[in-house]
Amino acid sequence: MSLTATAKAGPRGPASTGPGPDDGRAATLRRTWRKASPYAYIAPFFTLFLAFGLFPLLYTAFVSLYRVELQTSGEMEWRGIANYTALFTDEYFWISLRNTFTIGVLSTVPQLAMALGLAHLLNYKLRGRTFIRTAILLPYATSVAAATLVFAQLFGRDFGLINYVIGLVGFDPVDWQTGTVASQIAVSTIVIWRWTGYNALIYLAGMQSIPHELYEAAEMDGASRWRQFVHVTLPGLRPTIIFTVIISTIGATQLFGEPLLFEGSISGGISHQYQTLGLYMYEQGWGFFHLGRAAAIAWVMFVLIVVLVGVNALIARRRARKEAGR
Amino acid sequence: MTALAAPPTAPETGRPPQDPPGKRVRKGGAGRTMKGGWLSYVILGFALLISAFPFYWTIVAASRSNADLAQVPPSLLPGPNLIKNFEQVLEEADIGKALLNSLIVSSSITLGTVLCCTLAGFAFAKLKFRGRGALLTLTIGTMMIPPQLGVIPLFMLIAELQWVNQLQAVILPGLVSAFGVFFMRQYLVQSLPDELIEAARVDGASTARIFWSIVIPIARPGMAVLGMLTFMTAWNDFFWPIIALSSQEPTVQVALRQLGGGYVNDQSVIMAGTLLGTLPVLLVFGLLGRQIVGGIMQGAVKG
Repeated sequence: MSLTATAKAGPRGPASTGPGPDDGRAATLRRTWRKASPYAYIAPFFTLFLAFGLFPLLYTAFVSLYRVELQTSGEMEWRGIANYTALFTDEYFWISLRNTFTIGVLSTVPQLAMALGLAHLLNYKLRGRTFIRTAILLPYATSVAAATLVFAQLFGRDFGLINYVIGLVGFDPVDWQTGTVASQIAVSTIVIWRWTGYNALIYLAGMQSIPHELYEAAEMDGASRWRQFVHVTLPGLRPTIIFTVIISTIGATQLFGEPLLFEGSISGGISHQYQTLGLYMYEQGWGFFHLGRAAAIAWVMFVLIVVLVGVNALIARRRARKEAGR
Repeated sequence: MTALAAPPTAPETGRPPQDPPGKRVRKGGAGRTMKGGWLSYVILGFALLISAFPFYWTIVAASRSNADLAQVPPSLLPGPNLIKNFEQVLEEADIGKALLNSLIVSSSITLGTVLCCTLAGFAFAKLKFRGRGALLTLTIGTMMIPPQLGVIPLFMLIAELQWVNQLQAVILPGLVSAFGVFFMRQYLVQSLPDELIEAARVDGASTARIFWSIVIPIARPGMAVLGMLTFMTAWNDFFWPIIALSSQEPTVQVALRQLGGGYVNDQSVIMAGTLLGTLPVLLVFGLLGRQIVGGIMQGAVKG
């Protein structure tokens, strides 16, 4: 591999100053180094990238065809597609696939809608806007673990603050842990809380790059603020919206920390009611020690992400074409 | 998770090289001049309240006793037990060691990432070499793929190297940031004029010399933003650390996982641990929040 070979050479330039009198060998050497030296700059990144980024990603597909156990992870026994067939006949796989989907929708849709609204407000001239922007990003700075532990407390069945408030309004307390819908709403709430501010800032950045003249023109045509939002802001934001949808979809597909720490169980609740694919993978690999099967799940998640992103892109392109045609 | 990703931006290869050096191209309209009405303030105020309340609640719960938390109506003001709960969680969950480990891990990852990404970003932005386009495409192409999908081979690799439960198992994979390379490249494409490099070359400076004396000073603001984002992400990273480490050598997130896993039953102690583990990032955020906001918004429109 030439990459690592040049890496060892290290970045050091020719010692001479400027193109002096040409004495053959030195010039050739210098020219060779000139050509090779850029590789020295990318070598540290690419060495790490190959070892800890690309290799594990690709090797996952390979491992998924073997029987590998956690305690003896050096020994691999060929299983062909048995890991996959075992997966597809496991009821809990389908449950976690469904949960991943429903929690994904429950968390992504309100999150992005609220972020869009907040960004619209943040785009006005406001007093203390730096403060508001910073404060709104605060949840993003907390870790999944910390956020989930706090929300798990707030969502407590007997003494949780949220049930207390619900009681004040006059409703019965909700069992946020056992109910399928309730627990999934609770888990989604944590995701929404952490990511809405972040997405709002992304939208705000997108809004600020929409040329001001477009709004002036719309105003001259007598368009109301709402119509300006629909006909100027939204189309201008399309690339940003597509980006956030894709990023959130990817995030939702691999959701893991929130369902793990909501009750601290790796099965995602007593009846797997909020176990996601990420958690299911962790359970198979580090709960039941089946690394091969966990790899198969990872690969299924990868394919799922590729398909979902593809569908997103396709819808986006079709809509863009439709709009251009009208 | 996906915090450190930048939007797919239009390839800026079409940007004319004769852009005035040093002058950043102004983006579109510089904000709208419309003033927000009182309703905007009310809604935003409500949003801020929701953003901040869990933090407040953490302080309340961490400063009370477990019995207080099982009261109806719940107490909404901080109590007197904060220090006692801190002491207890430091003793029971080894949060002290976790904080130290997290500091080591996050600082190493930040330094290493910023260095690797600046080197590679510079090469991709300003040096010509064969395979540059292909390698850049490869880097950007994998930016969107969650590293979580590679944890099984990564774990087998770490186990083979006998690194399980050692901090380098978390540090080395943490150094891989395709986003960082992309970010630094975009930064240098925009802020480092080709003429400057050409002039230095005419004066006989080597590439290494150019890197240290010209590129680094110009790249410094970008490096700072990348550093802050990397530190936060590294501090908060959850999935890989809980696999590669255990309670013997925990980072903060690993310790929090232990806390939440039923090891400690006292809710107020759990909240005290959460508070201790979150404080350092909140501190960073309090000091550099503006820059972090700027970094995220910049990352969103860069290119």
